[in-house]
Amino acid sequence: MTAALARPKRKNPLARTRLPLAAPSARSRTAHGLTLAAAEGRFALQVCADCLTVVYPPRDACPSCLSPRLPFRDVDPHGMLVSETTVRVSPETYFRERAPWRVGLVKLDVGPMVLAHLHGDAREGAGVRLALKLDRNGAPVMFALPENDTPDMADDPELREMTCDPKFRRVLITDGRNSVGQAMARACVEAGAAIIFVGVSDPWKPFAGDEALRVLKPVEVVPLDLTDSESVNELAAQNGARVDIIINTADHVRAGGIVDSKGVTTARESMELRYFGLLRLAQAFGPVMRQRGADGVNAASAFVNLLSIYALTNWPAYGTFSTVEAACLSAAQNMRAELRSGGIKVINVFSGPLETEWFQALPPPKVAPAALAKAVIDALRRGSEDVFVGEVAQDVRARLEVNPKALERELGE
Amino acid sequence: MSAPDLLSFAKAVASGAIRVVDLTQTLAPDFPIITLPPELGQCAPFRLEEISRYDGRGPAWYWNNFSMGEHTGTHFDAPIHWVSGKDLPDNAVDSIPPCNFIAPACVIDCSAESRANADFVLTIPFVEAWEGRYGRIASGNWVLLRTDWSRREPRAYANLQEDGAHTPGPGPEVVKWLVEERDVLGFGTETIGTDAGQGHHFVPPFPAHFYMHGKGRYGLQCLANLDQLPPTGAVILAAPLKIKQGSGSPLRVLALVASE
Amino acid sequence: MIPTGGVRRGYDGVFACTPVSIPYRRFSINSAHWWIGRALRELLNGAGLRPTDIDGLSVSSFTLSPDTAIGLTQHFGLSPRWLDHIPLGGASGIVALRRAARAVQAGDADLVACVAGDTNHVDSFRKTLTNFSRFAQDAVYPYGAGGANASFALITKNYMNRYGARREDFGKLCVAQRENALRFPHALMKTPLSLDAYMTARPIADPIHLYDCVMPCAGAEAFLVCREDTARSLAVAGVRVLATIERHNAFADDPVQIRGGWAKDVDDLWAMSGVAPNDIDFVETYDDYPVISMMQFEDLGFCAKGEGPDFVRGHSFTHDGDFPHNTSGGQLSVGQAGAAGGYLGLIEALRQLTGTALGGQVADAKIGLVSGFGMINYDRGLASGAAVLARAA
Repeated sequence: MTAALARPKRKNPLARTRLPLAAPSARSRTAHGLTLAAAEGRFALQVCADCLTVVYPPRDACPSCLSPRLPFRDVDPHGMLVSETTVRVSPETYFRERAPWRVGLVKLDVGPMVLAHLHGDAREGAGVRLALKLDRNGAPVMFALPENDTPDMADDPELREMTCDPKFRRVLITDGRNSVGQAMARACVEAGAAIIFVGVSDPWKPFAGDEALRVLKPVEVVPLDLTDSESVNELAAQNGARVDIIINTADHVRAGGIVDSKGVTTARESMELRYFGLLRLAQAFGPVMRQRGADGVNAASAFVNLLSIYALTNWPAYGTFSTVEAACLSAAQNMRAELRSGGIKVINVFSGPLETEWFQALPPPKVAPAALAKAVIDALRRGSEDVFVGEVAQDVRARLEVNPKALERELGE
Repeated sequence: MSAPDLLSFAKAVASGAIRVVDLTQTLAPDFPIITLPPELGQCAPFRLEEISRYDGRGPAWYWNNFSMGEHTGTHFDAPIHWVSGKDLPDNAVDSIPPCNFIAPACVIDCSAESRANADFVLTIPFVEAWEGRYGRIASGNWVLLRTDWSRREPRAYANLQEDGAHTPGPGPEVVKWLVEERDVLGFGTETIGTDAGQGHHFVPPFPAHFYMHGKGRYGLQCLANLDQLPPTGAVILAAPLKIKQGSGSPLRVLALVASE
Repeated sequence: MIPTGGVRRGYDGVFACTPVSIPYRRFSINSAHWWIGRALRELLNGAGLRPTDIDGLSVSSFTLSPDTAIGLTQHFGLSPRWLDHIPLGGASGIVALRRAARAVQAGDADLVACVAGDTNHVDSFRKTLTNFSRFAQDAVYPYGAGGANASFALITKNYMNRYGARREDFGKLCVAQRENALRFPHALMKTPLSLDAYMTARPIADPIHLYDCVMPCAGAEAFLVCREDTARSLAVAGVRVLATIERHNAFADDPVQIRGGWAKDVDDLWAMSGVAPNDIDFVETYDDYPVISMMQFEDLGFCAKGEGPDFVRGHSFTHDGDFPHNTSGGQLSVGQAGAAGGYLGLIEALRQLTGTALGGQVADAKIGLVSGFGMINYDRGLASGAAVLARAA
């Protein structure tokens, strides 16, 4: 049985902060098929296109028929934990610090033997469910969970290493002025966050939901304007070491393209808030979060970007908006590489149009702020990196994979 | 008249015989600005981006780039800013005759009335009553509306509610009258905008802008320290940046006041 | 139809001679090249040879990078007409013998120097683990980084669950080997080991404890392979090869490894050798972990699969016991000098069969069995081999 996580005590200000270390993260190119699946929260293995043998570890020729066609496909994750051991001594400092560490051999129903990290409730001789997780540094690893959910299972120490669970962590929601930010605050309360900082810009401008936000516990409304370097730096200086998860809810949505728009001020405003705002957050909070990636139960763990699916492919009806989102996506990938060494995951949550005012004229399906917030909490709990929320996002993604050029034309109609 | 003695003037300023009162709000990111309906283009807020601060980006110096709109913070409105003034000669900040940047001011105190009523509207009778005490407003003067609004903290200063801003300002009749009957140089306020917060409901909407700029007069906004000025006799220095075809600019507004 | 089952030729006329060991050291700042060079020099001196007399070279090492055998030809000033680099870890000795034997039989080479050597810097062990194999990189090392310790813990646990082996059974093997090692001058472990000390030792990866694990070290071992007439002209003592087998990636469908490749070809081994398990005077198994030694007893025909624990309980394994085993102490007590660990048993067998044991001499040793194993690519040892050797008349 997993011991429920105890609320962490206040940090001893005289104690040195444990620095984040990486578990071994080298992977072959082919093995990054696992990275892709883990990033999206899927369980996929290579399945020979010619003889249907399921194959693991990842390789470049089928061990049954030598076919080179070994695409990754989602497969059944169930299996049996055949043998387990507890590693107590390791030459890798990451595991030395976290010993004892349980691993075991799982015989998958679909065939292969898999060496996996073990959830505390996974027992030798019993059925398990494998999951592909990204470890603290974004490398894909196999994780054996008990066949059915068990109480407090998210609190298992080995599992919590792989996830960014908001329970007992301190969250900064960057913009509480909009409905997404407010839904996010409520979702974080439910998820057991210890403190929820909610940034609000322009305190002289009232906004809907202000009162409700301020009485929500444990929400702390803080001044934050992502377009103002001084504002971002000041918040980071005061609270940077107390922020474990950042969820960037600032948005700037306007319909319209490029050729038929007049002037660049709206585009500039958009970029200022979304892209330069992201840069400011990354510069102000990134270093301190990166340093705190191994700082106990509530170590710094994630930076969540809410992006439009049109960051991946421009939608001319919201063309300028798509462009700005694309800039943010590239910046997020940059940040991901830079924050990985500190065990901070950059999580990109893509959605199509939301049920918010600036998408008002669009037909359904649209994503409600509460649904988006739920997807973010889910991504944090799983430790996924790339999440697609709602039918439109999943539809665009599927079309992109098959023929991006067709999609380009379809969106441009 | 003998040639004016400018050196004595300078000495008087240096000695304090002439007091310099700064009527300008500090340009800072947290100062409220005009907010229009979100579908329309917005005035850029003041933002400072450090280039270097005695560091690797520039070892021996500190400097910044800044960005803002023409109408950010304490600023000057030129006639070209409004549709009613768009075709007038010398209507942009770079073409206004510079002699107009130095002018005396009449300061009308309605701070008590504004404290009681955020939507206080200046009327002709109110001005006439003021003239009864302090004399007729001379031509070529600034008329500055003292409301002590500049002392309010930002939220109360902007005073935005569900139906828009609630801040004091002039009614349509008095603006027209000030231009046509008193030939004023321009109108100045402590609030964001020369018009009242609810001025978009007046007829015509935004009468201060409409009538002042329509007749080639100027505006000053977000002024401070008007309570340090005498009702008459102060001389205002308000020279906007020389922006090509500029509709206005943030500026340093100074008042010269004879010491007691 | 593809013809199969070609008749394997025997090793008549082939001699393995001049066993050489460079005493192991726990850590060394020297390179693998230095260790291998020392072994080669001893080999030449022992046989009264000059470097130009060597026309075949077989090399095994984990720490020779960025060089392989070819680099050593220029490094050492050799010009062989037969060259082999054998990266098979604990199976290197057996495989080197097999390759060299066929070369001299065919006349492709007359004098083949077989050498294995490794250095051990403070970070050698960790570096070797991180770069061991692609499957290890992708699917093993990220999981606790226990290296082979974790993999063999899983194999040991499974074997214990399945066949009722107890830790005491593995301990018995380790204790006996330590006793043998105390007589062996080059063993790195010099203190006696009691069963109690074995049982209460520090856990590494359950159920493996400290004395189940070899100690990585630096060292080198070497021997010569040539025809009988060459050996007699050099007046060096040699050993005959009665039979050998080799098998890699056997029993891939066993979920967890319970047997090595020997089980597939064991009948061929005994048939080719012309002797039976009862005729064997001593056995040198590859002992990276005691569970593998136990499997070798089963897979090489000394007992049935699953009877390993009983076999161990019923025999004594010191050099003077009823089943002399790892008579110089095995890697568990001598140390594992990387690839040289794959030569340790073979070198000890050559000494026993020529009456030149440095430690305890098995009385009247006429026939010995040597086994090799290794290369944990992912979850099991892939390489295996064995040889039956006999004293030359």
